[in-house]
Amino acid sequence: MKKLLLGNEAIAQGAFEAGVHVVSSYPGTPSTEITENVAKYDGVYCEWAPNEKVALEVAIGASIAGARAMCCMKHVGLNVAADPLYTAAYTGVNGGLVIVVADDPGMHSSQNEQDTRFHALAAHVPVLEPSDSRECKELTEKAFEISEEFDTPVILRITTRVAHARSLVETGARKMIDKKPYKKDIMKYVMMPGMAKKRHVFVDQRMAKLEECANKMIHLENAGAKLGIITSGISYQYVKEVFKDAAILKLDMVHPLPAQAIREFASSVESLLVVEELEPFIENFVRQLGIAYVEGKKYFTNQGELSVSAIRKAYFGVDPDCATLSGDAGVSVTDAPARPPVMCPGCPHRGVFHVLSSMKLRVSGDIGCYTLGAMAPYQSIDACVCMGASVSMAHGMEKADKQCEAQSGKPNEDGLTGTVAVIGDSTFMHSGITGLIDIVYNKGASTVIILDNSITGMTGHQQNPTTGKTIRNEDTHPVNLVKLAEAVGVRRVRVEDPFDMKKFKAAVKEEIESGEPSVIIAQRPCALLKSVNYGAPVVINPDKCRKCGACMRLGCPAIFKDGDAYKIDHSLCVGCGLCQQMCAFGAIEKA
Amino acid sequence: MENLNILIVGVGGQGTLLASKFLGAAASLMGKDVKVSEVHGMSQRGGSVVTCVKMGDQVASPIIDLGEADIILSFEAVEALRWLPYMKPTGTIITNTQEINPMPVISGQAVYPEDVLGKMKKDGISMVAFDALSVAESCGTVKCVNIVLLGVLAALLPEIGEEIWKQALESVVPAKLLAVNEKAFQEGLALGKKKGETL
Ligand SMILES: Cc1ncc(C[n+]2csc(CCOP(=O)(O)OP(=O)(O)O)c2C)c(N)n1
Ligand code: SF4
Ligand code: SF4
Repeated sequence: MKKLLLGNEAIAQGAFEAGVHVVSSYPGTPSTEITENVAKYDGVYCEWAPNEKVALEVAIGASIAGARAMCCMKHVGLNVAADPLYTAAYTGVNGGLVIVVADDPGMHSSQNEQDTRFHALAAHVPVLEPSDSRECKELTEKAFEISEEFDTPVILRITTRVAHARSLVETGARKMIDKKPYKKDIMKYVMMPGMAKKRHVFVDQRMAKLEECANKMIHLENAGAKLGIITSGISYQYVKEVFKDAAILKLDMVHPLPAQAIREFASSVESLLVVEELEPFIENFVRQLGIAYVEGKKYFTNQGELSVSAIRKAYFGVDPDCATLSGDAGVSVTDAPARPPVMCPGCPHRGVFHVLSSMKLRVSGDIGCYTLGAMAPYQSIDACVCMGASVSMAHGMEKADKQCEAQSGKPNEDGLTGTVAVIGDSTFMHSGITGLIDIVYNKGASTVIILDNSITGMTGHQQNPTTGKTIRNEDTHPVNLVKLAEAVGVRRVRVEDPFDMKKFKAAVKEEIESGEPSVIIAQRPCALLKSVNYGAPVVINPDKCRKCGACMRLGCPAIFKDGDAYKIDHSLCVGCGLCQQMCAFGAIEKA
Repeated sequence: MENLNILIVGVGGQGTLLASKFLGAAASLMGKDVKVSEVHGMSQRGGSVVTCVKMGDQVASPIIDLGEADIILSFEAVEALRWLPYMKPTGTIITNTQEINPMPVISGQAVYPEDVLGKMKKDGISMVAFDALSVAESCGTVKCVNIVLLGVLAALLPEIGEEIWKQALESVVPAKLLAVNEKAFQEGLALGKKKGETL
């Protein structure tokens, strides 16, 4: 039966049908729904690992043990998992090992636009790239076969528009794949220099064989046309709409690239164009083959996404025909105010950032819903680089200040009262704890605020080691953040409620002044959790309201100004009551 | 049926995803090729969100690009304005009149334009505008704004029969919420039929 599946659902279905036994992943947009959907199938072991490195290592172990294993992550996750990846490329596999990596051109939900194909190139790992949900399923199955046939991990590279688009997929039954027999083989699985040197030879031979495979994984359309286009992934779908008459060479395997197929195709056309998002990966290869007339990034940017209109504009100089407003309309499209994402009504982080923004602190930030603390009205986060970095960067900032003060003999003149790190519970588990160990070990004095909202919010509410639940919602042993911080040597650890803003502020002040490492666990659940119920919304009593506008400074999207009156949108307000603390006149009341 | 492109726009959290699933299910029940492009992640936190539903004999790109939408289904007034360039010059907007202030407006850095929909309509944009929030509330919950809007859309797409809509709705909403959603859909449908006459 045909089903309308997300690319990510189709990958889960493909893995299921391919008989996958073990899946270990860490969430990250746009990859998260793959593992969430795998968890819906019986007969597959499935888990959220604390980070991508652990997840990939779990999958590698399962593969060595003889099972079919999969690991899914977003593009930046592969940086974290790069260490095991580069050497698993040497060990190869026993049971099939597939790594799904989701790139995010256009950065819909990411901090950079890196192109996974270059990681694969450097690691000598093959890459398959689907262009819709049907191919997501089929290439996932194919990836397991290639992995076992060629003794290699295989990367399935997707992008946001493939991961998060639904299209029709023919689903089938699960193949029952037996575990491969496990045989001790230290020459293959113990990578010490002597063994690894031999495996490196194998890796190079394997890439040559994989190229033959790539030559077969092509689709040729409209052969004989003058203009030839080489493309893959989502770009293929755009090409099909823009270039109705061109010859198309669509590649399913984008590393290694099929030299022979590309040469033949190039010699069959008069002009040759590569259409690909991000870096000129295919184009550079074609040029290296000596095909000098290839064009590509000459027209198309390496920034952001391609689209049908962007390709038309860049290649043909044609603008789309759109609905427009006349000059007399009294309003124009540019009058639409920007609508950036905001913390939800009732978000526990709001209390924290309202406090921090009032304190002249340097705030070393991290990745999660709370990164929105960098935006108006809080504007309180000073830096945000990658997961876990808040803790270690705060330590670096603090040491830099001390070192430079000692050198100049003068106090810093930046007018700050101190530095704190803010990091979510999932992010702290991912890679914050190592930074905290560094602070204690190297006699730092930073204050780390762990925003414990009992869930991994940003990526759509996944369980994590602190929540006491597994991916399948089974009860499990929760990590105790207080004991953990104490165990690494932090003496000042306290749990505070971010909705008690007065007390929270006093706690932050006390800890930054303490002169030793400290951890504040800001504990309150995410407002979107089913267990959270604050009851009725609040209303502003117009008789008591003195129109001071203090409540607006909280940045809750439910509070707005209507003419000169302040009001609360009852369809948005969740009744958390935080704004009541802002009003000196008691005008905000429970409805 | 010609290829039909419907752009669903709104504010993260308003239920645009479910609306697109519903519409996608209806299209596939009709045996059409269909692609739906969704937004997950960051913008779901109260940002401007857009979902594309494309149906027809064969659909390649899952994205509705500038000038490609036949219909924009908008959950919020200013979002209808923001996404207008994605509509064909011959397209129609179906929109909720609800206004939700974005953070730059709340924090005083931007203004919410006045009477956006009225001005657009006056300027000749084909539009059905109504207060979907009140209709949803009268059906029992503000959460079914999305289904009310879909009901209005259904009135403009008579080629998709009522039985198909019914089956599609059953496939996307949990059984215990079916009754209220069916009511919301019917209210929307009736409203759409009435408004459609005046288009
Ligand atoms: C290496 C890496 N993996 C995954 C992600 C995706 N990601 C962004 S934020 C986040 C987790 C946020 O959870 P938490 O720290 O609990 O904060 P919350 O969003 O709940 O406030 C994840 C997994 C990423 N940006 N980088
Ligand atoms: S999802 Fe939860 S943590 Fe994230 S902004 Fe909303 S309430 Fe806050
Ligand atoms: S109670 Fe106040 S702060 Fe909380 S959601 Fe409602 S308006 Fe926002």
